[in-house]
Amino acid sequence: MRHTRTAIAAVAACAALTGITACGGSGSGSSSSAASGTYTFWDPYPQFDGTSAWGKLVASCGTKAGVTVKRTAYDTTDLGNKALLAAQQGDAPDVMLVDNPVVSTLVQAGILNRMSDVGISTTSIQTNIIGAGVVDGSPYGVPIGANTLALFYNKNVLAAAHVDPASVKDWNSLTAALKKVKAAGKKGITFSAIGTEEGSFQFLPWFWGAKGDLTHLDNGNGEAALSLWKDWVSQGLAPNDVLNNTQTTSWQEFATGQYAFGENGTWQLGNAKKAGFPYGVISIPGQDGGAAPAPTGGEFVTVPVQKDSARYKASAQIVSCLTSDSSLLATDTTLSYVAPTGTAQSQQVTATPELKPWVAAVATARGRTSDGLGTRYPVISQQLWTAVQGALSGGTSPRSALEAAQKAAENHQN
Amino acid sequence: MTTAHADGLQRPPAVPGTTHEDSRPAPGDPPRGRRGRDRRTRLAAWAFLAPVVIYLGVFYAYPLYRNVDLSVRHYTVRSFVQGGAPFSGWDNFRQVVHDPTFATALRNTMVFTVVSIVFQYAIGLALAVFFNRGFRLAPTLRALFLIPWLLPLIVSASTWSWMLNSESGVVNYVLHLIGVGKVDWLTSPSWALTSVIVANIWIGIPFNLVILYSGLQNIPAELYEAAALDGASTWQQFRRITFPLLRPVSAITLLLGLIYTLKVFDLIWIMTRGGPGDSSSTLATWSYRLGFGSLLPEFGPGAAVGNILILIALLFGLLYIRVQRRQAA
Repeated sequence: MRHTRTAIAAVAACAALTGITACGGSGSGSSSSAASGTYTFWDPYPQFDGTSAWGKLVASCGTKAGVTVKRTAYDTTDLGNKALLAAQQGDAPDVMLVDNPVVSTLVQAGILNRMSDVGISTTSIQTNIIGAGVVDGSPYGVPIGANTLALFYNKNVLAAAHVDPASVKDWNSLTAALKKVKAAGKKGITFSAIGTEEGSFQFLPWFWGAKGDLTHLDNGNGEAALSLWKDWVSQGLAPNDVLNNTQTTSWQEFATGQYAFGENGTWQLGNAKKAGFPYGVISIPGQDGGAAPAPTGGEFVTVPVQKDSARYKASAQIVSCLTSDSSLLATDTTLSYVAPTGTAQSQQVTATPELKPWVAAVATARGRTSDGLGTRYPVISQQLWTAVQGALSGGTSPRSALEAAQKAAENHQN
Repeated sequence: MTTAHADGLQRPPAVPGTTHEDSRPAPGDPPRGRRGRDRRTRLAAWAFLAPVVIYLGVFYAYPLYRNVDLSVRHYTVRSFVQGGAPFSGWDNFRQVVHDPTFATALRNTMVFTVVSIVFQYAIGLALAVFFNRGFRLAPTLRALFLIPWLLPLIVSASTWSWMLNSESGVVNYVLHLIGVGKVDWLTSPSWALTSVIVANIWIGIPFNLVILYSGLQNIPAELYEAAALDGASTWQQFRRITFPLLRPVSAITLLLGLIYTLKVFDLIWIMTRGGPGDSSSTLATWSYRLGFGSLLPEFGPGAAVGNILILIALLFGLLYIRVQRRQAA
């Protein structure tokens, strides 16, 4: 009796911990192989249920391909890991929509099919937008739409501080504008510098705007960008809580009407109209003027590898249906994204002229995993956001933070 | 044993004379069918045991095995999916231990755990003694103190992070009202750990309160009456009666609290993500960050950190069992 109790207590004591570390064995059912007429579909849009326009579009694309689509929506950050686990269990979905920087990781894992192998044409897609999904010259997904970052500004705040938004052309003029706003008793700029991928995403336009190089974080160019952010925070031109801001909380700060500028994405346009003050959009300036290249955001439709290759035919039909110009137009209007094809873009701009600066911004945007960076990007990105956090919180200087980041990224690749 | 007992209960009282041959052999008769019944009993015993064994196997043993397996192999995303990750022995552990984050995370885990427990216990005990007086509103107030325990962690953690926000948080607002400058609770390396500890103490107090309160109820009131007759002061009563008699309960509370606190993850993750930098990372958050925090998961090192954490907890678990055994003796 004593023994069993002891044993059970011991198991219970250590099992209290396994909850957080147990990685394997998700409880999802294995339904994909059973019914031939049912195709599984995963996306990162939990905000849309079956009755939404997106939900209906997915269902109708299934019907057109002669199958029933079973759609499951996951949280974006969850989806990549869910996909890896599902593939490990041989239970990957037939069609999956994933965030673009995840594509190269999934390709590395051998989960995704080349688009050409399943017979999907990607020629109409703009090259910089599909870049994030291209590994060794072959695209592994079709972008459903693209978004990128720009600066939203509050017209009332700028007017009160006598700042002309057209005068913001480079970093110096932007910093000067922020100082004027602060002197007028309002707050300068808000962005997200959180210690996750979002933080790197938001930092990249400044990093690239200073001609920073992701493979050489410490070459001095990136340091200028990090110093710019650090100075803003230490001079009170940007709030200290950017360190904890997600892009959503950063938007909520901007929406209070106290801030002159907010760095945020295309997807906030719908909210901007509800903000209750007149706003405008300018592209993020490069260090010495001109528009800085911003990273592309947005999801890719992919076709994960299946044991039964006969399934690809219907999957490909579903993908083609979802990425046809008319579908893209509808989807990207709902998501407030920029369409990835020229035709759909021009239709979008005709319907909503406000999208014009965003279409221009997307045209100059860069994929994070593009230029052959692939799965090296996640490693570099993690070091980059760590460096940003270290410098902005006052712990380290921008130079030593980036030097440490470069060293850690190199060590990891070895 | 249990089955035989239940069997006996269900039967009507045996009437003398009507002998059930198979079930009630008269003393001295050869034990006919004894072996068959034995086997049935054993089978039944296993059947009763099976749910627990299966449950432990599926939900504890297998995940634990997988975790150990993950930590001793070199997993890439490819080998995670396709299989065939090479055995790498202690490599993951070596990598983790030599990582600059390791020392920080270990120190933070220790500070987080010890400080949390000391305050949770002290405040919990003070409140338990307070409520033990049994004044009129005591049950209501005690119930109110349980709220932190009842709230989902995501709610309390988000609320704390709003309250501690440097720009718009209510804490900084109050500080501003009394003329103190703003403090970057969650975003300064020197405050982040303190902030999560404060939140964790708040969450842990009810647990300590409940257990210690029930312990206090078991101390006979006569002891206090006798002490009062001998002229002992309240403080002396606490020191000489309450505290010593509460020692067994205290030991259990502290050790359980230790195991719970070591693994706290959600609270820290929601409030600071272990940041800024590593300044509020513990082994638990670091393990998660390695495994799931970036786009390219590092399952091996993540599992290694998890295993180190399990070992630490196991150490305290064994200590707990020892204490429990000594108390039972």
